[in-house]
Order: sequence, then structure tokens, then C-alpha cells
Amino acid sequence: MPRIKSLEDLKKIKENAKDLTSARSEGKTRVVIGMGTCGIAAGARKVMDAVLAELEKRGLHDVTVETTGCIGMCQQEPLLDVIRAGQGRITYGKVEPEDVPRIIADHVVNGTIVQDKVIGRAD
Amino acid sequence: MLEDLSCHILDIAENSAAADAETVTLLLEERRRENWLYLSVEDDGRGMDEERCARVYDPFFTTRTTRRVGLGIPFLRQAAEACDGELTLTSRLGEGTALRASFRLDHIDRPPVGDIAATLVTLLAGNPRIRWIYRHRVDDSEFLLDSQELLAVLEDPDMLRTPAVAEWLRSYIAENLEEIGAGGESIAQDQKS
Repeated sequence: MPRIKSLEDLKKIKENAKDLTSARSEGKTRVVIGMGTCGIAAGARKVMDAVLAELEKRGLHDVTVETTGCIGMCQQEPLLDVIRAGQGRITYGKVEPEDVPRIIADHVVNGTIVQDKVIGRAD
Repeated sequence: MLEDLSCHILDIAENSAAADAETVTLLLEERRRENWLYLSVEDDGRGMDEERCARVYDPFFTTRTTRRVGLGIPFLRQAAEACDGELTLTSRLGEGTALRASFRLDHIDRPPVGDIAATLVTLLAGNPRIRWIYRHRVDDSEFLLDSQELLAVLEDPDMLRTPAVAEWLRSYIAENLEEIGAGGESIAQDQKS
């Protein structure tokens, strides 16, 4: 049985993160996941899990993860938006957890849009 | 349809967040001695008047502009009623909304509890400025998570959006729920099938 995680561990994470607060700026990349009933039914929570795990694995602490409600494209759920400075908002549709490492590596890190999963874009 | 209770909780709680709640209290109670499971979500959001509150049971009623309701509540009601339980919704305009659902615990159609840790991580990371209180009871054992206690350590709500904190939170919740034997009945059911 593993030792129960404690608030002490959380304190350590907080202390380690202190130097990261400087990375917080307007130019930060945002990942937004649709978490309406349609998104949840289509598996959006597993996509959220995959995003958080991938960002943690790669040590990408300057990316924020957000959720949003139904935007009316329920048939394309799970939806995931990447908003990167200078590239506008790119919407990916029918995102599976397996697509997440590719979207994070190509788009979030390198700025190359994963064309085959794109369903919309806005500036 | 949503696959398990943790998905229903996420879905209903997203309504609370959309209603601009400051505090949302979630309760999941497994009363094994009495063979009932209770689920509730209470918020101090903008609430609904009587007329609207009565209409949210209708799957084809939705408010496109605010996305306050849709299929979520009818889905949960159907799931509860299929298990000899019921769903009640009480709301007061400007004060908040409370939803309660009950399920006969050993009913064959009772959805499994599911991944509560994933639901809470999603809620806290997605809405870090809301105070989330989650209480999970299994008979006399209880696990309580209050996001305000986490913020006392983290100070900055945006820290809840960071992957490192999310990973800590996931393990913390999962380990504590295992301690009280949460969802044990449904695990036993899964093994039987």
C-alpha cells in the first residue's frame, strides 16, 4: 500500500513552482476542452487526463488547461482548442486520448498544427 | 448516456459552474447498511425560478445562451429512476440550486461510482476560483476534500491548473477513497460479471 499523499507534498510542489510564476505572461498557450454533457459522454474527461499527464511528463508548466461548456458542435466532441500566441484559436474534433501526445508535441511545443484533426479555426 | 456516477457528478457540477456559483458542495454517500446510494450537488449560483426549474426535466428544454441545462438532468433522472430511486431539484432565483439523486445500491442497473478523482481534478483545474467541497461517505467512514484547504497551501488559484498539482490531486483523492473503500460494491459487481 503506497503512502498516502499529504498536504506536505503539495507544499513541496508549491515551492518548486515558485520560479515558474515568472513564466506567467500574456503570451501563454492555453488548452481548452469542451466539458458539456456531450463532451463528457464522448470521453472529454479522458482527454483532459491525457493532456494533464502529457504536460506533466514534458514539464510544460507554462501551459494552462481550461474547460468550457457545449459550443454546439456536439457531433464533433470531444473538442480541444489550442490557443497559441500569434496563431489564433485552433479547434480539434473527435480527439482521442491517443491524439493528445501528438497535439502537445507538434502544436503546443513546436507550433505546427495537426491538420488531420482540425475542424475549425478563429483568430 | 453517461457511463458512470462520476461522469454525472462532473456534468451536473459544470451546470453549477456555469451558473456562477462561488461554492459548490458535492456529496456521494454509499449507505451499504441501508442499501441506498445518494448523490447531491448544491450550489450558490444564480438559481432558477419555479417555472424553469420544472422544465429542466424536459430533455428538449435548453437555454442556448447560458447553456444552463440540456440532457444532463434527464439522463441522471432516468438512471436514478431505473434503480428505484428519484431525482429532486430545488432552486431559488438568486440563491442557488440543489440536486439530489438516489439509487438502490445493489440494483443491477446502478451505474458504477467511476473515476471520482478524474472528475474532481477536471472540476478544480477547470474552475479554480470556485470553492469545491467534496464529501464521500461509506457508512461511517468519510473523505472530505475542500479546495479552500488546498488554496491555503497553494495561495494562487491558478496553481490548480498546473499539471504537477493535478497529478498530486489525482493520487491524493484516489488513495483516500481507497482508504474508505469507496465504490467497493461496484467493483465487486464488475468482478462478478
